[in-house]
Amino acid sequence: MTTTDENILVANKVTKRFGGLVAVRDVDLEVKREGIQSIIGPNGAGKTTFFNCVTGYYTPESGDIRLDGRLITGLSTDRVTRLGISRTYQNIRLFKNMTVVENILVGMHPHLRSGLFGSIFRDKRTNMEEAAAVEESLRLLRFMGLGGQGDMLAKNLPYGAQRRLEIARSLASKPKLLLLDEPTAGMNPSETADTMRLIRRLRDELGVTILLIEHQMRVVMGISEKITVLDYGAMIAEGLPEEIQRNPTVVEAYLGRGSAEGILGKSQTSSEPA
Amino acid sequence: MKNLTSQTWKQVINLSLLGGLITVLIALIGMVEAFAPRFIISGLISMGQVFLLLPIFIFCFLNLRKIGTARKLEQFMVGAVTGLIGGAVVLFVLVVGQLVNLRSVFINASPVLYQIITFKVPFPTGYIVPLAVFLLIGLIATGIYILPTRWRSAVIQSLGVVLLLGLMRDLLVAVITRWGPLTVLLKWMFAFSGMSLIGAIVVFIVMVGLAYWRSTRPIAQKKTTFTRRDKIIRYSGLGAIALMILLLPQILGIFFSEVLDTVGIYILMGLGLNIVVGFAGLLDLGYVAFYAIGAYVMGVLTSTGLGFFHLTFWEALPFALIGSVLAGVILGLPVLKVRGDYLAIVTLGFGEIVRILALSDWLRPWLGGTQGIQSIAQPKIGPITLDNQADLYYLILAGILIAYFIATRLKDSHLGRSWMALREDEDVAQAMGINTMSTKLMAFATGAFFSGLAGAIFAAKLTSAYPHSFNFLVSINVLSLIIIGGMGSIPGVLVGSLVMVGVPELLREFAEFRLLAYGAVLVAMMLIRPEGILPEARRRLELHEEEPIEELAENDTAQAEVGD
Repeated sequence: MTTTDENILVANKVTKRFGGLVAVRDVDLEVKREGIQSIIGPNGAGKTTFFNCVTGYYTPESGDIRLDGRLITGLSTDRVTRLGISRTYQNIRLFKNMTVVENILVGMHPHLRSGLFGSIFRDKRTNMEEAAAVEESLRLLRFMGLGGQGDMLAKNLPYGAQRRLEIARSLASKPKLLLLDEPTAGMNPSETADTMRLIRRLRDELGVTILLIEHQMRVVMGISEKITVLDYGAMIAEGLPEEIQRNPTVVEAYLGRGSAEGILGKSQTSSEPA
Repeated sequence: MKNLTSQTWKQVINLSLLGGLITVLIALIGMVEAFAPRFIISGLISMGQVFLLLPIFIFCFLNLRKIGTARKLEQFMVGAVTGLIGGAVVLFVLVVGQLVNLRSVFINASPVLYQIITFKVPFPTGYIVPLAVFLLIGLIATGIYILPTRWRSAVIQSLGVVLLLGLMRDLLVAVITRWGPLTVLLKWMFAFSGMSLIGAIVVFIVMVGLAYWRSTRPIAQKKTTFTRRDKIIRYSGLGAIALMILLLPQILGIFFSEVLDTVGIYILMGLGLNIVVGFAGLLDLGYVAFYAIGAYVMGVLTSTGLGFFHLTFWEALPFALIGSVLAGVILGLPVLKVRGDYLAIVTLGFGEIVRILALSDWLRPWLGGTQGIQSIAQPKIGPITLDNQADLYYLILAGILIAYFIATRLKDSHLGRSWMALREDEDVAQAMGINTMSTKLMAFATGAFFSGLAGAIFAAKLTSAYPHSFNFLVSINVLSLIIIGGMGSIPGVLVGSLVMVGVPELLREFAEFRLLAYGAVLVAMMLIRPEGILPEARRRLELHEEEPIEELAENDTAQAEVGD
């Protein structure tokens, strides 16, 4: 599989094992530049593990992942972030006891150059860099609808704002590709709608490519241009939202778990007995 | 107002029993007897008696706080019950002590102790004495507790000051006698042991007045705009403090200078460890290693006794610093992946390795083994050799200023933020593009730098270095002073050092009970004020978010009480 210019991320036969468990099995995935794509699948399907492979938190046992044609498998998370992939977490992981602005400034880390001596002696360049960084974070906060809350401790923000701050923090590193792990988890319908609008704006106004994991079908179907379905670590389907909705394998993967025993009895070996 | 329920009384009784048990414990471990000859107020109240009575006093307060608002009569009842129960526990031990010889187990359960407890009243009347005395204490405590908040804190602070003055009488008199005219002026204050009664009363009244006056002043410090006058006051205040710090050794004399030097060396180490533990959240229990390395490098390079090199202090200093920083990096490299508790264990091991190497036969030709290194060079500035406590004070002060400057700058910088992020969530910090390796190494190296500096100065101060100066307890002391001062807070390091190093140095006679007091202070701090004495603003928010509300409520009740 070769990288074409229209794909920003290409994963090729990525496999990640934990002991005997194969969490991600031979997954091929292409993410179109400036697209919004989703990965869906039942709980434990390996979606987050796949994210962790992309960001370098895990190193896959086999397969390779390329960002803009450059091999990134095996790189550490900070290197991958510097190359332009940023992420948010399923359960919000802000720096809770740092202020909102500080969270953003940490996110900007890859773009700040001043080192130990700059920090101690505060030369002109360091000061200018700091001032520019603060300016930039305030701008970013306004963009995310968090203006005026910069000096609050992150943990004191309301839930929805914490989600937005996490996205803002990951944007601060100016990523080419943004991985969102269940960005609407725990949100009410109106917050969910806001988040969907926000995600579109990120792509349209900032030109960030977005790959998201999501459980709310309304979000997935409403926002994605392409959907990949994982089950038991393997890719079982890929396509446009309409295609996925009609795909029998996908329906089975979901309903086979969630519904009554009757269906379980009929389902084939790939279904989970629980 | 509600009546106290039987449930509340149960709690009161339990706490009082605990208070009584603590009193007995303090008596039986010998603190009461050991400090009986030491008067706080000459001929009236001894330190031993303070130790005997203080727990019940405190537990009275705890009980009264527990029951919350209640009628005055009920409050006095609680106070009386607390005192009586405490007294009863002590009485019980007294009776048992008369019947059985407790000394086979409790060495300190001597007739002298019983005499102190009964205030020298012979038996059997003596049996009633503890009950009566503790009852009295309970009532006095209640009396102080029910004062309006301002008066209450004024009285308690003043009692504290009197206690402190009485305790430090010898030191203070030594200082005062250096200043001729003052001696006459202050002679009435102190007796042969402790304070004179008149002195104590005058100091108490003056202090109450001062404390009350201070508390009634409107809170003006929180202004955001400063007039020119404010600025002048501020700067002249700062100037006065700076001048004071500069003149301290001249004012206080040799003994205090020695104490200040020790405190200063701990401040230097504290500032360094604060970066590692407070900023970056890397629990380092082997911090003494860098201190030792700084000292030993200084020793090896300058000691005329060993005779390998004959560098001067200033020539050797860079090597000592580089040596410590390198050691910081060397320790840092293998432990980069180790987190939390495991890191603590690994660093602990590292600290011990360094000490044992210094002690070893293998390195004896170089490091002197148990004998250590002698005749280490003293620092010279021009023709002056910094060889006495007062001169060294300035050297240490200069070191602290540099360290303080660096620490403050780093804290509020790009790097400081990275450390903070690392402390909060290492995985996420790395996912934000922070190179955890170099960031951690930077923390270890900076910390080691300050510690190495402290070690080098320490070696030059003693002109010798022995392995036993670098044992595990040094690391623990530095860590405790950071925790007591306030984790991550730079001014907290100063306060922590004064409290955890300075005070024990001044109260040498407590040496026997030093570790006990240490432990008690640590436990109490963690329970009452886990964020430390001078916490970083951020930490205070973390741990005491509801504080302002509580304070308001307290003021309200205080006013309500005044209204009664």
